[in-house]
Amino acid sequence: MTTVPLQAYLIVSAALFAIGLLGVLIRRNAIAVLLGIELMLNAANINFVAFWRYAGTANMEGQVFTVIVMTLAAAEAAVALAIILNVYRRFKTVNVDQINLMKG
Amino acid sequence: MPAGSELFLIPGLPLLAFLLIAAFGLRPQSERAAPAPIIAALCGSLLLSLRALGHVAAAGPQQVTLDWLHVGPIQIDVGVLLDNLSGLMLVVVSLVSLLVQIYSIGYMKGEIGYGRYFAYMSLFSGSMLALVISDNIVQTYVFWELVGICSYLLIGFWYRRPSAAAAAKKAFVVTRFGDLGFLTAVLVLSFLGYGIFDFTALAHAAQAGALSKGLITAVSILLFCGAIGKSAQFPLLIWLPDAMEGPTPVSALIHAATMVAAGVYLVARTYFLFALAPAALLLVAIIGSITLFLAATMGVAEDDIKRVMAYSTISQLGYMMLALGVGGYTAGVFHLTTHAFFKALLFLAAGSVIHSVNTNNMWQMGGLGKRMPITSLTCLVGALALSGIFPLSGFWSKDAVLAAIWSSRLPGHQVMFVFALIGVSLTAFYMFRLWFVTFTGRPRTEAAEHAHEAPLVMTVPLLLLAFIAVIAGALRLHVPFTHGGIAEVIYYRREPETTSALVIAGSFLCAVAGIGVAWAAYRAEHISSAAFNARFPGVFQLLKNAWYLNRAWELFATRVVIAGSALAAWFDRHVVDGMVNAVAWLCGAGSRELRRLQTGQVQLYAFVIVLGIVAALIAILAGVAPGIILRGGR
Repeated sequence: MTTVPLQAYLIVSAALFAIGLLGVLIRRNAIAVLLGIELMLNAANINFVAFWRYAGTANMEGQVFTVIVMTLAAAEAAVALAIILNVYRRFKTVNVDQINLMKG
Repeated sequence: MPAGSELFLIPGLPLLAFLLIAAFGLRPQSERAAPAPIIAALCGSLLLSLRALGHVAAAGPQQVTLDWLHVGPIQIDVGVLLDNLSGLMLVVVSLVSLLVQIYSIGYMKGEIGYGRYFAYMSLFSGSMLALVISDNIVQTYVFWELVGICSYLLIGFWYRRPSAAAAAKKAFVVTRFGDLGFLTAVLVLSFLGYGIFDFTALAHAAQAGALSKGLITAVSILLFCGAIGKSAQFPLLIWLPDAMEGPTPVSALIHAATMVAAGVYLVARTYFLFALAPAALLLVAIIGSITLFLAATMGVAEDDIKRVMAYSTISQLGYMMLALGVGGYTAGVFHLTTHAFFKALLFLAAGSVIHSVNTNNMWQMGGLGKRMPITSLTCLVGALALSGIFPLSGFWSKDAVLAAIWSSRLPGHQVMFVFALIGVSLTAFYMFRLWFVTFTGRPRTEAAEHAHEAPLVMTVPLLLLAFIAVIAGALRLHVPFTHGGIAEVIYYRREPETTSALVIAGSFLCAVAGIGVAWAAYRAEHISSAAFNARFPGVFQLLKNAWYLNRAWELFATRVVIAGSALAAWFDRHVVDGMVNAVAWLCGAGSRELRRLQTGQVQLYAFVIVLGIVAALIAILAGVAPGIILRGGR
């Protein structure tokens, strides 16, 4: 039944992670940065599931972790969106380059 | 066999009385009862002390030690040591203290702060008894400071008088100067002397050779520094005459009989160290002979009767130190004992006079003998005892001191003997100058004309002290102690001093000569002291100004100390502060540079984090850093 090898999953997840990271690092729009983070979380999820599948299905940790990460991602999105909303009200922008009040 | 608790009670009772008076005796409505607790407590202490002395005489020394503190390897105990020396001192202190308190009831009557006075006096009595009975050096130091603070409080008892406040401050600062030596001695013992504080253990360690010669000498000299301050020895003797600003019973108890003798007591208590340090003994002897001579000459030109007695006290303390220095241990302690009685007597007599004529200046008195017969006679007894006239107590103790100097093997003891002999003459001279001017001749002022004898509560202690001053010489007869002579410490013994007819005759003649000159100058007026002063103005000025010692200290304080302080201030400002400022500047500059990293750009931070993770990963994969997480697991 195992037609797709583990490496394939890992490559997909690595690519997803890299794309997400790149988004976090270079996108100016705070919402896009948030999306990048979501991508990275999902890349991790793919890894969890893939390893669970190939390491033996007797243990449930992989799936459990995935569910936890999804919950976490939802919570994180809620908080992050609230922050972004407030940032927009305060600065009239969501451009992370311009939000540098904490400069030393 | 007195129980340990009984020994603790000896200083404990007066301290309890102090708490009682401090709690209830300071309010105006209850102030009149303030003397009751302390007199009751001292009666108890005296009885217990006598019992303790009897016990020592019969069964030898006793020590009771309780645990107090453990600091690292150092153990500090609290305890009592009862031996011949402390037993004797306990009786002396509690007896003089009791009589002075009774006398104070009359003397301090109607004073503002009557309750406060007795509170301080009880604190002092308790602390002094505790100092005497301490079995280790740390405890001694604690009570040493406590009697010092009591002295400060009581000198400044009339604190509204600026001169009293200044005198109290002076006494405190000058004695602190000496106490520094004592404190250093304690520190040296704790760091270099294996933390041996217990007198017994210290004596054994010193005699077994566990402590080095240099250490013993250093500790002895440092302890002696403390004694110099407390016992007003040269060059720190300047505080004692000023301390006469306090009430006269205070001077009698603290600045004549007990506290100032604490310095001598300390040297006596640690004599087992001094005995092994010839250099320290020599220093003690030299300081003692300088002090006794200088102070005696100062007393000759003084007009204030209390200050004359203060100089006399300093001079007699010099005798005690000299006796200890030349090896006359028993003689020194013996003189301490008899001196405590007759000097307290003299001060109380002076107090009685001052109480009656309201002046300290002897030239405003005169002819008081007829008006105050008891005071006059008891004062005469004290003066005779102080001058060392047979058969009063002073004769025996002074003779013992002189004999000890005479038979000493110390280098230069002949010179010291001559100094001591001159001192005997001077002592007799200034004492009888005082007595003749005060009690004989015609009254020189209205107040002296109308002087009246003191009340019974003051004269009875005078009579008792006079009686003791006459018979205390009997202690010389060596009460049958099973363990050594009257004042021997348990851990130190020496051969009994021998006396010679030559010494006795010499001292007696010197004393009589002094009295004779005083009689000729101030009673019969064959010799005019004014003419002498006019003939030798330099000598007169020198003595009148107490050898300019105060001036010298003032100069020292204003020149040397200020210059030294300026140097220290410069060092502090430029070197110490400089170092602190340099550290601060370095931190500031570093932070200013590092601050630039904080751009406020979240993405930059994220980038740095990622770089860090990548670097860590590479390091772990390359095997440079341990990768616990990666290599672990199943």
